[in-house]
Amino acid sequence: MLLLYLPILVVVVFSFNANTTRTATMTFTGFSLQWYKNLFDPISGFGVHLVTSLEVAFWSVLFSCVMGTIGAVGLLHRKKQKSLSGRSLERFINFGEQAAMLPIMIPELIMGIALLALFSFLRLPMGKITLVIAHTSFCIPYILITVKSRLSTLDPSIEEAARDLGASPIRAFLTVTLPLAAPAVLSGCLLAFAMSMDDFVISFFVNGAETTTLPLKVYSSVKVGVTPQVNALCTVMLGAAFLLVAMGQLLSSARGKEKKI
Amino acid sequence: MKTTREQGRGRMLAALPMSIWAVLFVALALLYIIGLSFLSRGEGFDAQLPITFDNYLRMAAPTYLKSLLLSLRLAFLTALCCALLGYPLAYFIAKTSPRVRTWLLILIIAPFWTNALIRIYGWKTLFIANGPLNTALLSLGIIEKPLRLLYTEKAVLVGMVYAMIPFFVLPVYSGIERLDGSIVEASRDLGAGPVRAFFTVTLPMTMPSVLAALVLTFIPSIGLFFISDLLGGSNTMLWGNVIQNELLKSRDLPFASALSVVLLTLTCIVLAVYRKLGGDAESMVF
Amino acid sequence: MTDKQPLLSLRSLSKSYETQEALRGVDLDVYAGEFLTLLGPSGCGKTTTLRLIAGLETPDGGEVYLEGKNITNLPPEKREVNTVFQNYALFPHMNVQKNIAYGLRMRGVDKKTIDEKVNHMLSLVQLEGYGKRMPSQLSGGQRQRVAIARSAVLEPKILLLDEPLGALDLQLRRQMQIELKNMQKRLGITFIYITHDQEEALNMSDRIALMREGKFVQIDTPHTLYERPSTVFAATFIGETNLLKGVVSSIEEDELMLDVDGASVPAKTVDWVIPGQKVNLCIRAERLHYSRKQKACQTLSGVMRGSRYTGSVRTAILELTNGQTLISRRTTEGDEDIASGEPVCIWWDTDTACLVRDDGEEQA
Repeated sequence: MLLLYLPILVVVVFSFNANTTRTATMTFTGFSLQWYKNLFDPISGFGVHLVTSLEVAFWSVLFSCVMGTIGAVGLLHRKKQKSLSGRSLERFINFGEQAAMLPIMIPELIMGIALLALFSFLRLPMGKITLVIAHTSFCIPYILITVKSRLSTLDPSIEEAARDLGASPIRAFLTVTLPLAAPAVLSGCLLAFAMSMDDFVISFFVNGAETTTLPLKVYSSVKVGVTPQVNALCTVMLGAAFLLVAMGQLLSSARGKEKKI
Repeated sequence: MKTTREQGRGRMLAALPMSIWAVLFVALALLYIIGLSFLSRGEGFDAQLPITFDNYLRMAAPTYLKSLLLSLRLAFLTALCCALLGYPLAYFIAKTSPRVRTWLLILIIAPFWTNALIRIYGWKTLFIANGPLNTALLSLGIIEKPLRLLYTEKAVLVGMVYAMIPFFVLPVYSGIERLDGSIVEASRDLGAGPVRAFFTVTLPMTMPSVLAALVLTFIPSIGLFFISDLLGGSNTMLWGNVIQNELLKSRDLPFASALSVVLLTLTCIVLAVYRKLGGDAESMVF
Repeated sequence: MTDKQPLLSLRSLSKSYETQEALRGVDLDVYAGEFLTLLGPSGCGKTTTLRLIAGLETPDGGEVYLEGKNITNLPPEKREVNTVFQNYALFPHMNVQKNIAYGLRMRGVDKKTIDEKVNHMLSLVQLEGYGKRMPSQLSGGQRQRVAIARSAVLEPKILLLDEPLGALDLQLRRQMQIELKNMQKRLGITFIYITHDQEEALNMSDRIALMREGKFVQIDTPHTLYERPSTVFAATFIGETNLLKGVVSSIEEDELMLDVDGASVPAKTVDWVIPGQKVNLCIRAERLHYSRKQKACQTLSGVMRGSRYTGSVRTAILELTNGQTLISRRTTEGDEDIASGEPVCIWWDTDTACLVRDDGEEQA
């Protein structure tokens, strides 16, 4: 347990180091916030990368949330089809579900290379679009899993009751199913958002020159050597991650309470 | 007037956008690199005919074989270390009081949500020749000369275990937690000591989650390249590093594809074995 | 009854699922104001029938008519039929008031009318002051009443109830049976009610439709169903029954003679028997008399195989000479304590016994 936090602690401590030598001398010489100031420097700072990351994460989560949520609904209402066209649709959707789950089952590296190859075949310039497509692909499974497992615990007769009381299928979904699934959709989105903000491997292959996301920037800085500025950045990112986890925990404990009453 | 039968079909159509997306950007992309792996290198970043097996034959070279073996060994060791460290940890978490448990879980999940790069970077800082670890050991008089910690295979292993351990602990924890306590009590009641009860009941019954966790740590470990990049330098060329090099330095797309296909095949074999042993895909996720 | 136009008609309705045929072409007429119960063992197709009426399933064949209109392909939201689900299916994220108002809201009724109707409904189901509670804060019986209020507020032509008392304990169940019946009278709505509890069905229904393996076995009033079951299954599913196997020896206008266990036994004539046919004679346990054998018996003779005294009633097991055992359950008023093994005479009032058709299920 302590070992889990040792490296993190080191990063946090050194982010307040006053030692300005950029070489590999890692000695703590005093407390300073200079690296944090440095962080927001408009030229050498990380602001622009943060914005890129946020933008990519926003669109990816949006797309994957919509597709994943309605996808989960569709998968749960999959019924044996009798007509020929219905059967091939069913088969296609079964295949689609398998494919949708792949990005989190195979090594990210393969996904990255496959998408890189596909994009260069399609002559898509590497940039925000390719990043969003890639991130959406690996965000879908997270949303799909959380929403599907929530929907499957819902009593199907609740939605039927709504229909029975005069709601059209769409209204029944909007007034009953969606509000009940909302916590799961939200926590799925949170997870997807964290994964998108965090992704390095896949982004590594499909990013463009102008679209260096935050993790990519961290990698390129870290690869060269130990730069104290990265320590500060990492501390900030750690703080954000903890905040997200706390939010997630609050959400799930709120849901737990709802169940208890 | 719509009949309910048509609506049944309509509901299923809701899964269509997701399916199309997944088929287009996952299934087709993977099929595409499988296809590419049988082509020759073309101009720049392109591939061209004729169809060839050269890419696969090239892998027979000692450098590649060595790298493959090293990758497999490290992935295996990573999974093993995760199991040895992770199972007791998961067991411990599952047995603590609910309040403590929540906090321990948060502490386990939190690093899982922070960027792996950052955490690996922390290790790098620690391992550096005149970094905190060496300084501490020197001042304690345990060692006399700074140890060479960074850019070794051990450093990579530490980094990989560290990055993967949450993936092991979480599924095993939920497996142990789901275990019906009265079954263990029954075995105690029937005369098994605590140790025997653990080995005859608890361990076998949590085996499915251990299996899932092993797969979950093993698969990504074969493909990781940035940990060896940061902690291993050029000394540890893992399969992932080879792919990355071929792709970005040599810009040989067909060969990189072929290397990836090998990795994909390995993954599929592991998954197939896992399925054979009775695991399902969904229990692999948390 | 037959000259009135039925409110709801099912015509050769059938439905099968992947593994089994749930409903095999059933016909049913339901009349306005009726309390009709679908009774049968689990898996007999009761719920499927209800779901087809509600529109939650589409039949494979046959039609559903409501007031003469074919509604077979109408989606549930367009049917003037509402359902009270087995587990109530209250919307957990809405309070009681919102739950009851849901259907009215979907119809676009104005807010003032909704409030009035909801409050009226709350008082009708005796839940005034509970409007702001969430379903999770209610007891089982209260949830049940909310579920009924939620459906009844729409004033449906028919209210479908799927084992609404199944989740309640015995005492509450008895109480709710009476309450439900009263509520039906107050609301003036036709009820189609599902249960697998025969006592509940006999208690509440105007008519009972007995189901088995996707078919209706018998649709009759509780009295007829109990006194004149038409098949072996109907006779044995409801009440405690003795089935005497016999062969028809002669048929008169009113009475026929059966050859049972070597004795000649009279029974009321039915139109489907012919001389020489093997038949079952159904005698309810509480209608079967016996006494210590003095001399030759008038009808059947047997041996006492054991009896149990439980205060108000005594249950006795009697064995005929052919080995068949019969059960008698009589009030203890003036009963004799007959030891096991003693010979007894067995008889019953001819009017209380009836011939039932064989439906393939032989009683051992």
